[in-house]
Amino acid sequence: MSLQPETFKSLVKVAAERVIASAPELTSLDQAIGDGDHGFNMKRGFEAVLGKLDAISEQPFDEALKTIGKTLVMTVGGASGPLYGSFFLAAGEALSHDKHLPEDIADVFGSGVSAVSARGRSHAGEKTMLDVLVPVLETLKNAAGQPDLIARVSTTAAEAVERTAPMRATKGRASFLGPRSVGHIDPGARSSCVLVQAVCASLEGKQ
Amino acid sequence: MTDAVGIVIVSHSKDIAKGTADMVRQMVGSEVKVAFCGGNPDGGLGTSVSLIVDAINDAWSAKGVAILVDLGGAETNSEMAVEMLEPARRDLVVVCNAPIVEGAVMAATEAAGGSSLAQVKAVAEELSAD
Repeated sequence: MSLQPETFKSLVKVAAERVIASAPELTSLDQAIGDGDHGFNMKRGFEAVLGKLDAISEQPFDEALKTIGKTLVMTVGGASGPLYGSFFLAAGEALSHDKHLPEDIADVFGSGVSAVSARGRSHAGEKTMLDVLVPVLETLKNAAGQPDLIARVSTTAAEAVERTAPMRATKGRASFLGPRSVGHIDPGARSSCVLVQAVCASLEGKQ
Repeated sequence: MTDAVGIVIVSHSKDIAKGTADMVRQMVGSEVKVAFCGGNPDGGLGTSVSLIVDAINDAWSAKGVAILVDLGGAETNSEMAVEMLEPARRDLVVVCNAPIVEGAVMAATEAAGGSSLAQVKAVAEELSAD
């Protein structure tokens, strides 16, 4: 089994549409502990991705991921642009070096997670998107090859985003709030969850 | 003019970026190339990698370019912009860990004297040494 171009195209489309649809929620979460622009920024970035969907779906997967990454870097406008952009650029780069989908998904995803960590000089536990991405990566590794992998990844993302609420932010704008950041879900973790769950839903629909 | 390190000012607000550049020009004169940008790709508050890349190229000097930023996203986007440059230019651009207004004035003053990129960065960063 290999990832089919039409499957890839539809999961990019679904992921972009779900992020755009979640913009009001992301903005509302970000108004609580950030500067309130996360929803607008993600919407702008993924609208740009949707605008290039046909061109992206004609590229090999590695180039397609890099195009998505570069588009996000150039259009998002907040710190999430370089962070998500770096994720897709690094994932595409991993695919350019003898990695294949779907069998190497943990390695490819892991390259993206490492790039986010390096770009943000952050790691899991600091109330950021990494608090969703790192647990998802663990599930991709631990449940590799299992028939219910997709469902487990989706559940992992949903549970992980809830665990950011009691965390105190030490990175990003929310860190200015110190203890007042506690009790709110991190908007970056939420957008990561939306993306991961959109890909899972799209893949499950294809099965 | 090409003997001085160039200065780029990156703020979430175009008004702050422009005002900082105006102060630098008034205090340091025109010996140092100063470029600025602010605002996201829609013109709202934020920063834009492509505008930062343009500003770096506008302020380009063979001695390099020092970038002054305000808040976190400006720093992350500036670092990303540096990586988007052609490889030969990447090592000649630094993001200074300094307050944007004071840092820009101090960096430009040091640059005007013909100092190296490392010296310019060090002088700007003395402001946040404590």
